[in-house]
Amino acid sequence: MSIFQQIVDWLTDPAHWRTTYGAAGIPQRVLEHLGYTALAVLASAVVAIPLGAWIGHTGKGGTLVVGIVNSFRALPELGLVILLVLWFGILNAVPALTIALVVLGIPVLLAGTYAGIRNVDRAVVDAARGMGMREWEILLKVELPNALPLMFGALRAATLQIIATVSIAAQVSLGGLGRYVIDGFSNREFDQMASGAILIAALAIAVELVLTGVQWLVVSPGLRKSGARKARATSRIHQMAVKSASEST
Amino acid sequence: MNWLLNNLDGLGPIILTHLWLALVPVVVGTLVSMPLGWASSRWPVARAILVPLSSLLYTIPSLALFVIMPLVLGTQSLEPINVQVALTLYTVALLVRSITDALSAVPESVTTAATAMGYRPIGRFFAVELPLAVPVLIAGIRVAAVSNMGLVAIGQLIGVTSLGLLLLQGSQTSPPNFDQIIVGIVIIVLLALVVDGLLALLGRRLTPWARVGPKAGAAT
Repeated sequence: MSIFQQIVDWLTDPAHWRTTYGAAGIPQRVLEHLGYTALAVLASAVVAIPLGAWIGHTGKGGTLVVGIVNSFRALPELGLVILLVLWFGILNAVPALTIALVVLGIPVLLAGTYAGIRNVDRAVVDAARGMGMREWEILLKVELPNALPLMFGALRAATLQIIATVSIAAQVSLGGLGRYVIDGFSNREFDQMASGAILIAALAIAVELVLTGVQWLVVSPGLRKSGARKARATSRIHQMAVKSASEST
Repeated sequence: MNWLLNNLDGLGPIILTHLWLALVPVVVGTLVSMPLGWASSRWPVARAILVPLSSLLYTIPSLALFVIMPLVLGTQSLEPINVQVALTLYTVALLVRSITDALSAVPESVTTAATAMGYRPIGRFFAVELPLAVPVLIAGIRVAAVSNMGLVAIGQLIGVTSLGLLLLQGSQTSPPNFDQIIVGIVIIVLLALVVDGLLALLGRRLTPWARVGPKAGAAT
């Protein structure tokens, strides 16, 4: 039997989709994977977005942010997960994993939020200020909506990074779809390993598609840049700022 | 610290293996992505295929890609080549997008001037457009090299030996050997920072005009 046939058999075996006393089924593993991911993405966003917005708005500490982000990129995911989970102990494995994931997620989101706010046309911000908007209004009503495309890009990158890192958490006795790869490897069952890998890839692509869809719904149509329309988009940004400024008064 | 002193001899070869696994994909990926980036900056059709494909590839988590690789390549699952091809694909996916953007951003006046000076398309690419894209290219290569350092360690989970071995061995003893794990992490971080620094230097060397630019203008 070819390996492809074995993988199809493994994936379509009803026993692998049921959670029984012995083992968790695929839906259960997907939920675990998404659960760890959602917790970590939320926690990263709660820290990184306000901080990045504040640094971007005031312009203070920008170089520091870029430096920190670059050096955090050098941290090996596997090392971070293993170190924190063993340090906290297996009983606190989920909080430990979440901290490791947040350490990986915050720099990406922080950089994206910061860059998004800094890249907002200064003329737009000045126009908003000139129309009498307060600083927090400028941030919330002008800078953040205009920064959304870059912020969403960062959110997607951080989420993918976290989904990928959750896959390796199975090495330290946690759940998630990585279990199939790790267990398959230690039992020398390549069908289980490959099926797990395909499920991980499918989950990552599905989450990416959902986030892209949300981005399309949330980001103002005037900010959808597609090459040639860039110039027109910029002029629309001006109109939007003027519009939102006039609405607020 | 004791662990480090007792195992100093064995570290050299494993560091070299780690670097080999991480950096060959950077070199091969750079060479492959240049013609691809050039094609997609030139022909909208190529761009419409290559850019979304790159994004899709970049979406796939490394552990999954390492395991899927033998199915695509027909290799044995423990072979290091699986990790290297996977990392090459990531490098290409990352660089194709940035090279495409960098080449598309070269002002038309510059290419027109080069043409007027007698450059043919191929010569113009190497003498004018590629040098102008170097800062973006180097930035992309730095990201790829640094992230590869960490991704190679993940290959240890499917039996491809690297510095990830220190992380796994340290986690499998009871109690865990924290010294060994921390030494592993520190070496990987240091390698990443050194390679990043060297690439930054290379970037400065390749773009001398970026250093003299504004100051020289002010002096004259």
